[in-house]
Amino acid sequence: MIGLTHYLILSTCLFGIGVYGVLSKRSAVAILMSIELMLNAVNINFVAVNHFINPDQAVGQLFAIFIIVVAAAEVSVGLALIISIYRHRKSVDLSDFNLMKW
Amino acid sequence: MSLMIINDLVFVLIASITLLSALGMVLSRNIVHSALALILTFIGVAALFFNLGAAFLGLVQILVYAGAISVLIIFAIMLVMHGEAHKTNRFNPSLGTHLWGGYIAAVMTIGLVAAIWFSELPEVKGRTVEDAVGLLAGLLLGNYVIAFEAAAVLLLLAVVGAIILARGVEEQ
Repeated sequence: MIGLTHYLILSTCLFGIGVYGVLSKRSAVAILMSIELMLNAVNINFVAVNHFINPDQAVGQLFAIFIIVVAAAEVSVGLALIISIYRHRKSVDLSDFNLMKW
Repeated sequence: MSLMIINDLVFVLIASITLLSALGMVLSRNIVHSALALILTFIGVAALFFNLGAAFLGLVQILVYAGAISVLIIFAIMLVMHGEAHKTNRFNPSLGTHLWGGYIAAVMTIGLVAAIWFSELPEVKGRTVEDAVGLLAGLLLGNYVIAFEAAAVLLLLAVVGAIILARGVEEQ
């Protein structure tokens, strides 16, 4: 019987994969993609808790919608930043972005 | 009883597809393959939402994530890609960073999974509502209307900011 535990474990594994991607990748686009993975894991948590604990209200789904909105805003601004940096540095490699390091 | 087994099998199938495509996204050396695996992950998460009875959220997931955000990401990849494709998504060159990243992620995941597995979760299987969209609309325009308006302003600001950032500075 699949319960809340299985959904929480699945979303934890997805979140862990996202953390690994953020910490070990070089390309800025890949890091943004890993962040999207982590946000999706949180969404699964919200919807699963809503379904299994408080199914006659939709507050969990509401918060998931807000997370999707914020993720869309974040990814558009992030990709615009990456394109803007690429225009100056001709690279999306994070180890080349040392402008503010001395 | 057999319906329950089918339900469990569907969950296992969707979960394995989602996790495997997420792993493929992180481990792939080619960033275009990573983006395609990411789309598969988004569709898997949408299927999980459908399985959880959140059909509206699943449709939003497919529209926004698998439709819009993935197109945006692929578009950005096409704009910034140069050189050979199979070297576009390499891991951090310093082995220390790579190992530490894997170590931190593994410790966090194992700790959280153990905490979830050994904790007593309340399972109030209440009555599932049929009209989740109506409930969501009532909440969005009722108690949470300020958050709704703030989200609208945030989206507007993000659009304007993305246009200004991506257009760049004009040469004088």
